[in-house]
Amino acid sequence: MKIIEKDALSIAGLIKGREISALEVTRVFLERIDKVEKKVKAYINVAAELALSRAKEVDMELADGVEAGVFGGVPIAVKDVLTTRGFPTTCGSKMLEGFVPVYDATVVERIGRAGTVMLGKANMDEFAMGSSTENSYFGPTMNPWDLERVPGGSSGGSAAAVAAGEAPWALGSDTGGSIRQPAALCGIVGLKPTYGLVSRYGLVAFASSLDQVGPMTRTVRDCAALLGVIAGYDPMDSTSIPGELPDYVGALTGEVKGLKAGVVRELSSEGIDTGVRERFGETVSLLEKLGVACEEVSLPSFAHGLSAYYIIAPAEASSNLARFDGVRYGYRAPGESEDVWEMYDRTRAEGFGGEVKRRIMLGTYALSAGYYDAYYAQAQKIRTLIVRDFGRAWDEYDVLVSPTSPSTAFKLGEKVDDPLTMYLSDICTIPVNLAGIPALSLPCGLSDGLPVGFQVMGPPLEEPKVLNVAYALEQAIGFDARPEL
Amino acid sequence: MEYETIIGLEIHAELSTESKMFCGCSASFGGGPNTKTCPVCLGHPGSLPVTNMKAIEYTMMLALALNCEITPRSVFHRKNYFYPDMPKNFQISQYDIPLSTDGHLDADMNDYVRKVGITRVHIEEDTGKSIHIGESGRIHGAEYSLEDFNRAGIPLAEIVTEPDIRSAEEARAFMQLLRATLEYLGISDCKMEEGSLRCDANISVAVDGKLGTKVEIKNMNSFRSLFRALSYEEERQRFALEQGGGLIQETRHWDDAEGKTHPLRSKEEAFDYRYFPEPDLVPIEPDPEWVDRLRENLPELPQARFHRFMEQFGLARDIASMLTGEKALADYFERAVETGQGPEELAKWIAGDLSAMLREAVVPIQHCPVAPRGLGELVALVNQKVISGKMAKEVLREAFETGKGPQRIVDEKGLSQIADAHELEVVVDEVIAENPGAADDMRTGKEQALKFMMGQVMKKTRGKANPEVASRLLKQKLIGRE
Repeated sequence: MKIIEKDALSIAGLIKGREISALEVTRVFLERIDKVEKKVKAYINVAAELALSRAKEVDMELADGVEAGVFGGVPIAVKDVLTTRGFPTTCGSKMLEGFVPVYDATVVERIGRAGTVMLGKANMDEFAMGSSTENSYFGPTMNPWDLERVPGGSSGGSAAAVAAGEAPWALGSDTGGSIRQPAALCGIVGLKPTYGLVSRYGLVAFASSLDQVGPMTRTVRDCAALLGVIAGYDPMDSTSIPGELPDYVGALTGEVKGLKAGVVRELSSEGIDTGVRERFGETVSLLEKLGVACEEVSLPSFAHGLSAYYIIAPAEASSNLARFDGVRYGYRAPGESEDVWEMYDRTRAEGFGGEVKRRIMLGTYALSAGYYDAYYAQAQKIRTLIVRDFGRAWDEYDVLVSPTSPSTAFKLGEKVDDPLTMYLSDICTIPVNLAGIPALSLPCGLSDGLPVGFQVMGPPLEEPKVLNVAYALEQAIGFDARPEL
Repeated sequence: MEYETIIGLEIHAELSTESKMFCGCSASFGGGPNTKTCPVCLGHPGSLPVTNMKAIEYTMMLALALNCEITPRSVFHRKNYFYPDMPKNFQISQYDIPLSTDGHLDADMNDYVRKVGITRVHIEEDTGKSIHIGESGRIHGAEYSLEDFNRAGIPLAEIVTEPDIRSAEEARAFMQLLRATLEYLGISDCKMEEGSLRCDANISVAVDGKLGTKVEIKNMNSFRSLFRALSYEEERQRFALEQGGGLIQETRHWDDAEGKTHPLRSKEEAFDYRYFPEPDLVPIEPDPEWVDRLRENLPELPQARFHRFMEQFGLARDIASMLTGEKALADYFERAVETGQGPEELAKWIAGDLSAMLREAVVPIQHCPVAPRGLGELVALVNQKVISGKMAKEVLREAFETGKGPQRIVDEKGLSQIADAHELEVVVDEVIAENPGAADDMRTGKEQALKFMMGQVMKKTRGKANPEVASRLLKQKLIGRE
């Protein structure tokens, strides 16, 4: 097997065993990027020089017998929504074109300390708003399985990079499904951790109460390993959860007999494409064969999840994105402005793309005097109901399952002019963010040659259980299809 | 028609914590522009706020001192509006669930007490500072603006009063008491001129008990301008009402140089702030035991000290009020009292000559060159009749200017009074011999002659003659009685 086809833990083992140098590994991936990037466009900025010098450092440390971090020399792609000190961070927006942060996001610091080598910053929908990566100011990313199709979004660049062998693994962020849906559409594993498990410091905020950073990998084991690197309390994030971390990789026993799984009716029947439904049904059967008791469960509040999400997320975004005003950093409209308000107007009109403006307007409206109670307060009530519905489910079930996305990868341009249809792409993933629970998407087969994702949801901080169920399924499914590029 | 002025205040006090409200930057005053900043207080993408617990503690102390109820679970809100000195274009503040509510602070007005309800005390972050370059000096019409974010993120306690204040005098007295309270708690620098204590007012005039139109006044940067602005506005509104004219609800800017308020252009004031709970922060849930401990450990507050000064030291209301109005002044007084001299006399010296010298030299009492012990010494010298009261004033000035002790000044300059009757008798005899005319006048009972003769005695002794003894001797010798 070629290096670019290997999972991250295998590569880490090869480097540790001195079978290959970190520099060679990095070169192999940079060559791969060179070869396929024109077709895939997974990266906004490739950090070739930085990666090579970092890889050399790791090799030197290894030669000196210094522990170069648990994943010394393993390359990684980082979604361009995470700040990287001294390296451009754009959030896929003209607003931050050329912006160079003065600090590293906590997760970036942690993957650095683990010895990984950042290959570049992955493409994304502008400010993580979108489900197809078509909203990137730097142009869309193509799905490696079919270059005429989208990779999903907003972490489409990260997902496509992993699927195309342009990185063994990647970091993404998930506000309403932005890790899981592209993972599903690109045939990889993606985990949205429990809200507060992974620090948000340095994650450029979309919707603060929903955002979470997570791993996007080839295998469940890689996913567990990368989670172990990035998770854990951070005093810089007030919503970060204190406490000891479990051994995520150690939890992968594959032993799931006796567990109970609920199949969420609201997320797995109506509006789900036939092909997706078929693969999903087969996977549920497989789960039963593994000794997991599966039964259908109805969580009625989920019907309102999408509506509540499209109030709460834009409301928070409208405030979070107010700082992009041309005063201190980022884009400023060129030429003279009459006054500072005209400068704001022109900068924001020119600097933000259509979808971002749409959401800022939605959110501003929802928070306005006289509308707050009807929209924002009401949406928060639905959120509480969803949390309660999940809470009741955990009394009965160890995990809940559903398809990750109602469809497989759709064509570029197919939904981009129809926001409501586009928003429906996240119908299965949104309740998870509203409740702050962990959920993972696992490739469970192909439909018409395109990957289908299977979503496993668990109670707060039960990542070990979610990962183990996914691991058992992964072994049973034996998904080994690869896109050809 | 009967008019009644109705005033409510909104006060912002910068808290003197080491670091800012939501980051580790220094919260101290001064320093080069933008030297006390970091990704958090500059609102850089991805940065997050972390609450400074010291600021919560300080605000809690203030709330307790103002007799407020502490909210068991209060929430931070975002107040959204665009302004170039606000790095995030929202301010982290509190809204419908503030840290504390329902308190009061009672201002002593000499012949009555004004109880002012405290609606709420909450915590928020300060903004940066803008300097607008251009003719107007304001953001409108500015050629360009300079921004200094050193102040951005400094913790602010906001105090909102009920509309219980009835005059400009009361407003000033309330603010002075609040300032003293902050000072006693040691939680704020309280410098109105430097902007660490700021006050806006809502003022309206009720006619025959019917509430009037509320006008907000901004930019009052001293107690004096607070008093002047409110007096002006009270007058303006009454005049308008008397003329039968209408008033509009608006925000007006106090121009101190001109002594007038002007309407602010609407764009500079509030719109819809779109408050919503700050998702990056967790609610404040103070441990009740901690709150109890804070309450128990509150220092003696200005009002308590004011009453104690009257009871314990027998001070008059106005002097007790003046001394306790500034913690350092009251501390100075109490240390002077420790010398064993009479509190009333000490208080008079502090409130009178000493305060005047401090004001004149622009020196705070903390750095007064005359130590409390020195003042005690001075009062002792007067009481022991070593120097006269008039001489004492000069000795105090000398002590203030040189930093020398009063006893030492008296010794060095040989200022001790001549109270010895034998010594003075020689002088008196000389004066009588040298001024026969005046002596005769005195004998015939002319009052002014005594003054002249006393003047001559003082001249000969260079002011050191004890006036009582000298006068007694003159009378004995010329009138034959004392």
